[in-house]
Amino acid sequence: MSELLELTVAQAARGIANGEIAPDEYFEAWRMAAATDDLNAYLWRAEDGVGAEGPLAGVPVAVKDIFCTEGMPTTAGSRILEAYVPPYTSTAVRHLREAGAGVLGKTNMDEFAMGSSNENSAYGPVLNPWDRGRVPGGSSGGSAAVVAGGLAPCAIGTDTGGSIRQPASLCGIVGMKPTYGAISRYGMIAFASSLDQCGPLTRDVTDAALLLGAMEGRDPCDSTSVGIEGGVELPSREGLEGVRFAVPAELAHDAIEPGVRTVFEETLKTIERLGGEISEVPLPHAEHGISAYYVIAPAEASSNLARYDGVRYGMRVEGGGDLIEMYESTRAEGFGDEVKRRIMLGTYALSSGYYEAYYGRAQKVRTKIAADFDAAFAQFDFVVTPTSPSVAFKLGEKTDDPLAMYMNDFFTVPMPLAGIPAISIPAGLATPEGGGPRLPVGFQIAAPAFAEQRLLDAAYALEQGIGFDAKPGGDD
Amino acid sequence: MIDREQVLHVARLARLRLSDEDVERMAGELSGVLAHVDRIGELDLDGVEPTTHVVSLENVLRPDEPRPSWPKEAMLDRAPDPADGAFRVPSPQADAQ
Repeated sequence: MSELLELTVAQAARGIANGEIAPDEYFEAWRMAAATDDLNAYLWRAEDGVGAEGPLAGVPVAVKDIFCTEGMPTTAGSRILEAYVPPYTSTAVRHLREAGAGVLGKTNMDEFAMGSSNENSAYGPVLNPWDRGRVPGGSSGGSAAVVAGGLAPCAIGTDTGGSIRQPASLCGIVGMKPTYGAISRYGMIAFASSLDQCGPLTRDVTDAALLLGAMEGRDPCDSTSVGIEGGVELPSREGLEGVRFAVPAELAHDAIEPGVRTVFEETLKTIERLGGEISEVPLPHAEHGISAYYVIAPAEASSNLARYDGVRYGMRVEGGGDLIEMYESTRAEGFGDEVKRRIMLGTYALSSGYYEAYYGRAQKVRTKIAADFDAAFAQFDFVVTPTSPSVAFKLGEKTDDPLAMYMNDFFTVPMPLAGIPAISIPAGLATPEGGGPRLPVGFQIAAPAFAEQRLLDAAYALEQGIGFDAKPGGDD
Repeated sequence: MIDREQVLHVARLARLRLSDEDVERMAGELSGVLAHVDRIGELDLDGVEPTTHVVSLENVLRPDEPRPSWPKEAMLDRAPDPADGAFRVPSPQADAQ
């Protein structure tokens, strides 16, 4: 049994296709592993559900609890959807099922995907398998923790401002946010509709390509979905000869933990050793990404979350008065602090008298950020940064300071604002500030829109060059 | 920067009921975040087109053919208070009852 758990998804899928591994045996091995969850990473686990045919036959996938799944609870980490069972399944999950994969469980997350630590879940925080006193990142913290902690072979999540890449970085796994429009958003509970995108969290780059290939595509149910032309092939590139990587010039002054900076610089040397070229490029508006993001995302969220009103589904609190009192009581009890904070921020930014100063300006900053990337990609193939300014921080360390928490997203928000794809791969271990055992550091690579194949190929070549093989609980 | 009255006004717009403690805390937290956001006020953005969406949006059309929609029961099953084939809610004007 345990040898099955050692395999990557691509290896297992090959074994299943060859008839060396029985798909139901593989799925069952992972079901047993998932049952040992002591990280609070799963909110619901499957009793069965393996598909028998297709390229992912027998592959169990842990699914962030933001994807609607018919007949399975879907809470989005919120009290307001505590008993909600959707009548339909999201397109991303349907595609995985059609490829033969099965839902292994639904993973814990920051409420409505708002957070960078998973501490905003109504169902308690997820623990980081590398150090249970630390956060796994967020908002797809459960999806990252199950893959890193050996509770699932692979997972899917959503990324609005970094919610796949940042937890992947903090848990030492691969996480990819595809181009906006690559995968349908149908059945993905909406947070900020112009930014939200589904993507894989996996042990390696090859598995990320495998899941992306299964999920991408145009969907009549999401008119902003376009898919990836030509599909996705498994990466096989060797070396990085002639590939041009650009580091933002502003990075030298950015607040980055020393250990993270060291691993980042070592990775740049690895790129050069593999034949890649490193240059600097100005991205002068990236530093305003946090400001633009924390106007645009809450503004869209305040509109999207208006639907939770206690009328058609989810929780209702009567309040003992009229209709308005019912709305207000339901939302007061159903939403957590961070969700309320973002609804307030977004409502304020859209309110009469402030719209132009906040929402209008933020949308213009978004244009400038996208233009900076366009200029960079006219000269270079990829832009690279650390994924997160720090390694995993301690539970409770930043919960009292919303702005400090938001700064975790510093390196990950510019890409969704520009709509471009980016991947985080584990690059090494670093000692956290304040000491303690070494923790994973992610390296982020961003590419032009719809350049997923090129991005995966380069990330794969770099992954081979880095040779990261540390595991939680291992003696480094 | 954001005072108590503004917090209460926005909470009313958002249909959120906040406790007195929430109002105080929210005023401080929102002011802190907006002080950071206000830095974009210093950028020269004259003549810059706003980005509402990153992919070029155009109308996506499909043939106008009748299709079955969700069965009523499947929708009402999930409602907190279904009644007579509809969603029942408290009166919009409780006093008038």
